[in-house]
Amino acid sequence: MDEQHIVASFDRDLDELNMMIAKLGGLAEQQLASAIDALEKRDSAPINAIIERDKELDGLEFSVNERAIEIIAIRSPLAKDLRRIITAVKIASILERVGDYAKNIAKRARVIIDSETNNANNISVQRMADTILKMLNQVLDAYATGNAELAMEVWDSDHEVDQMHTALFNDLLKIIGRQAEKAVVSSHFLFIAKNLERIGDHTTNISEQVYFLEHGEFPSDERPKADMVTDSPDK
Amino acid sequence: MNIATETNIKIEARRVTVHYGEAQALHGIDLDLNTNEVTALIGPSGCGKSTFLRCINRMNDVIDGCRVGGRMSIDGQDIYDTSIDVVELRARIGMVFQKPNPFPKSIYDNVAYGPRIHGLAASKAELDEIVEGSLKRAGLWNEVSDRLTSSGTSLSGGQQQRLCIARAIAVSPDVVLMDEPCSALDPIATAVIEELIEELRRDYTIVIVTHSMQQAARISQRTAYFHLGNLVEHGATQQVFTNPENKQTEAYISGKIG
Repeated sequence: MDEQHIVASFDRDLDELNMMIAKLGGLAEQQLASAIDALEKRDSAPINAIIERDKELDGLEFSVNERAIEIIAIRSPLAKDLRRIITAVKIASILERVGDYAKNIAKRARVIIDSETNNANNISVQRMADTILKMLNQVLDAYATGNAELAMEVWDSDHEVDQMHTALFNDLLKIIGRQAEKAVVSSHFLFIAKNLERIGDHTTNISEQVYFLEHGEFPSDERPKADMVTDSPDK
Repeated sequence: MNIATETNIKIEARRVTVHYGEAQALHGIDLDLNTNEVTALIGPSGCGKSTFLRCINRMNDVIDGCRVGGRMSIDGQDIYDTSIDVVELRARIGMVFQKPNPFPKSIYDNVAYGPRIHGLAASKAELDEIVEGSLKRAGLWNEVSDRLTSSGTSLSGGQQQRLCIARAIAVSPDVVLMDEPCSALDPIATAVIEELIEELRRDYTIVIVTHSMQQAARISQRTAYFHLGNLVEHGATQQVFTNPENKQTEAYISGKIG
């Protein structure tokens, strides 16, 4: 962290908050990796555990909020200290959402595995998931080390995710159009791809928070959009 | 450093230096104080913020061996010009101190003292009006209207400080200087004074020295950070407390070893 506070316990409070974010981030990464792994290997054994572990993320987000409120009440933080606490709350909320998407992917993986018994197909989201996991890992690293530049690199790389989503989306639509028997599984893949694309967007939101934490203002440029799939209302 | 447009500057400091004997307390301060704004001066003890405040109404003149250099003006008029009547100047630029210091006189006389010596009231009725008006503006009238002859020192600390504010504004100043006006008060009395400062800003230009970052953030429009006799940063209060430009400012307001 930056220079130390005269009141050492204030530093310990902020360290604790950072550790909670690190833990939350690690858990979100792990949940996403496990869900994708279960899906790609068509292995439903770990799925219940993934769904169950989501409660841990919810609990951690709650703890971050509680701790942040305490610190604000007790320390009256200003300037970067204040930004650190506000961004911790925001990032915790984003990571909790990432956890929700991972849980949703796990649930859909189970449906896919169950419906594929007589109808195997080779759709893969591994490459897209790997890109996102790398982004998530980097942005958490950027947060932990106060590296706004790295955060903005992650922000820029989201267009790759958007491009992969567009390609996957079009492939899946073709499958649904030509092979009605694969419509159910393909639809679940559509949602999984969309979940991954949303996680990419959330990752860029973390990038913005890291930039704000370090500079006291938000990055000025609009993020380049490469997702050509939808003009849908949720975009 | 100077954010104000030319038109609403009340006090203009240019290259202001102060020496106490051999020791230099201020190293060339450039600072504009705007009309109808509260400017908070912050910084660690010994940084020169009180020294700067006391330059504005020449309170440093009374200290032996104190020399003030540079230029300090009010509405374009040099405060240190030899033709300036210092008593008149201090009526125009009033001051409220850290510890409430009412005269050992009645509440009425505390407020009436200034208008009397400056000949501001032609009659007893007019003087009564000034006293009542000043006590009302200081938010004290309702608490003391039935005991104006009681001693000013019989009031509570917060009431005494409001009495001192009433005394300062009774002579219709342009500027009110406050040197840690709430440091001897409890949080409730402090809140009352802070609310009062916000009211007074409509009519006066206010400069306040405070050690409370939260107080500076709450009540001022501009904040100036002093360190080792230099003005390190001056800007909109909201900016200074959320995203200061200078690392020293950031360290100070965050409670860090700078």
